[in-house]
Amino acid sequence: MSATKETLLTGLVAFLLFAPLTGVSLDGYGLNPHWQNPFLLAGMAMLGRLLLVRLQGLRLPVGLAGYDWQTRLQRPILAVVVIAALIFPWLVGKYWLNVATLALIYVLLALGLNIVVGLAGLLDLGFVAFYAVGAYFYALTFKYLDLSFWIALPGGALLAGLCGMLLGFPVLRMHGDYLAIVTLGFGEIVRLVLNNWIDFTNGPNGVRAPFPSFFGLDFSRHPMPGKSSFHQFFHLSYSPIHKDIFLFILLFFIVCGMVYFVRRLRRMPLGRAWEALREDEIACRALGINHVTVKLSAFGIGAMTGGIGGAFFAASQGFVNPTSFTFMESAHILAIVVLGGMGSTAGVIAAAVILTFLPEALRDFAEYRGLMFGCAMVMMMIWRPRGLLRSRRALFQREQSAC
Amino acid sequence: MTGHILAQQAVNGLVLGSVYGLIAVGYTMVYGIIGMINFAHGEIYMIAAYLTAIFLAGLTLLGLQSPPLAILLVLAATITFTALYGWSVERIAYRPLRHSNRLAPLISAIGISLILQNYVRLSQGARTQGIPSILDGGVHLFASTPDAFVRITHAQILIVVTALISMLLLHFFIARTAMGRACRAVQQDRVMASLLGVNTDRVIATVFVLGAGMAAVAGVLVTLNYGSFDFFIGFVAGIKAFTAAVLGGIGSLPGAMLGGVVLGLAESFFSGFVNTDYKDVFAFSLLVLVLIFKPSGLLGVPEVEKV
Repeated sequence: MSATKETLLTGLVAFLLFAPLTGVSLDGYGLNPHWQNPFLLAGMAMLGRLLLVRLQGLRLPVGLAGYDWQTRLQRPILAVVVIAALIFPWLVGKYWLNVATLALIYVLLALGLNIVVGLAGLLDLGFVAFYAVGAYFYALTFKYLDLSFWIALPGGALLAGLCGMLLGFPVLRMHGDYLAIVTLGFGEIVRLVLNNWIDFTNGPNGVRAPFPSFFGLDFSRHPMPGKSSFHQFFHLSYSPIHKDIFLFILLFFIVCGMVYFVRRLRRMPLGRAWEALREDEIACRALGINHVTVKLSAFGIGAMTGGIGGAFFAASQGFVNPTSFTFMESAHILAIVVLGGMGSTAGVIAAAVILTFLPEALRDFAEYRGLMFGCAMVMMMIWRPRGLLRSRRALFQREQSAC
Repeated sequence: MTGHILAQQAVNGLVLGSVYGLIAVGYTMVYGIIGMINFAHGEIYMIAAYLTAIFLAGLTLLGLQSPPLAILLVLAATITFTALYGWSVERIAYRPLRHSNRLAPLISAIGISLILQNYVRLSQGARTQGIPSILDGGVHLFASTPDAFVRITHAQILIVVTALISMLLLHFFIARTAMGRACRAVQQDRVMASLLGVNTDRVIATVFVLGAGMAAVAGVLVTLNYGSFDFFIGFVAGIKAFTAAVLGGIGSLPGAMLGGVVLGLAESFFSGFVNTDYKDVFAFSLLVLVLIFKPSGLLGVPEVEKV
């Protein structure tokens, strides 16, 4: 088909698609016309199609992709990032610090989901369930048992991991796509139970979660009688931003630990087994890899990370309720992993930071966030399924002198 | 009295089940033919609900008074436009990924689902919309005393009858026409079918169009019956219809309908006799349990993995 004909056909189909839904909008039982919309959108579709036909065969310059930046610049980049992250909280106000803390929570969640989706190749659409388990574990154990953050953090992580294992064990034995739908169902079950079990979880009204203490010192201006608070102990003047800085730096170290953990794991037999299973399950099973336990470990570790993220989310917000754990949240984390490039740690971190800061900076675009995430996911899958930054496999380095 | 409640819940369950069955057909056919879960299918149903209201409002503006004619016209227009959506989704998001790895079409489907939800939210607004009720009235059966009866509304009768007719038409299409034969051939062995001259791309597109058309029927019927909808209804309806497809045995057309009715009845009895708040939890738990213990469903054949 010629390019012109194809473009015209695209325009016609696009016009028919857009005409009823964007050309008029429902207003009660009547209609409001917006005649220009379908023509505009159909024109855009035609333009896009034309560009697509014209640009076919055009490749990105190889020079950039071929440059081995990952090994050459790794250490300097890492040093700059760490130093910048440690200086950052002292320079900005409370608002941006909270955004940065949220970005780090997303980095943590995306790293966890990246193990499951990117490395092991299991599509988990209910990741938010484990996030919710971590968050609610902290809030509810504080409410009923008065446990501190430092006990609830590992406890929530373990519980989330256990949930992941219990859910994954029966499901991972069967066809891969079913896992996606079972996890989706599980995510919704968790949210609906949290929402409806009002006696225990306080339902949609949520539960309060206190701020973690600094080795037993809390961050209040006036501590309980007989106890000393952070600013008194260190003889500082009281500032409400201390606790936010503390949480940010704590979270930063946990994220660094997680990055290191994932990096080491990928080089271990277990990490290699994940990636091998993702590529060809039948071949792996023929080679004697126990696919259930290998997948289960990925699923469990991912869920545990989600639990840690949840506990931090609860601590930073001071409050949890079920609306934070909808399917949109799972889709958001998945979008981060997909855009960062499944399997690439650096890409996922960059995507998490960018996708958290961008909507904050561009408030006007917040409306279009879901639409853009969706478009980006489809386009990435079609053109760049391995992500914008391709992850490089760690190869066995042959010694130079050998030949 | 209990007998009446039981019968009433059975009627409600059957109606609900017919709707689930209609949507489940789309999941089961796509899964049967290209082995992927079309996550965007629930959104297609949601689009159909909006189109129904828009076409109905348009016909009212044009001065059409007769309800049967209006319903028929709305049904025809909604099916056509929704089918076009189904076709476009396949063409844009799934066809370029036919030879990529297993995860890519699933993620692309999630992307399409987000796009469609937000597209409708932005163009039609986020609030719940409604249509005027044009199908009033009903019949009372087994009315022994004035307050003990089983009520069946005309809309409910319309749902069950239309669902039945659509399923029969679809069955006829698959079983008797040349295209239907091609569909079955592609389902059995895609490579072999294309070697024998079947245009597999066209067959797959047809399956998406048929699935979207059936979802459109469901969208029109549900909107006429309940009268209210928002941009998020596709999500829950999608999961439940998928549950129905799995329950009946994914890949099997009669299975989708059977699974729909079984799920509809189970959900209806659960919300009637146990708890209404947890009816979605019940449906999702059923999905998880079926997938764990009987992934081949009621009428499906166990899947054998091949190299």
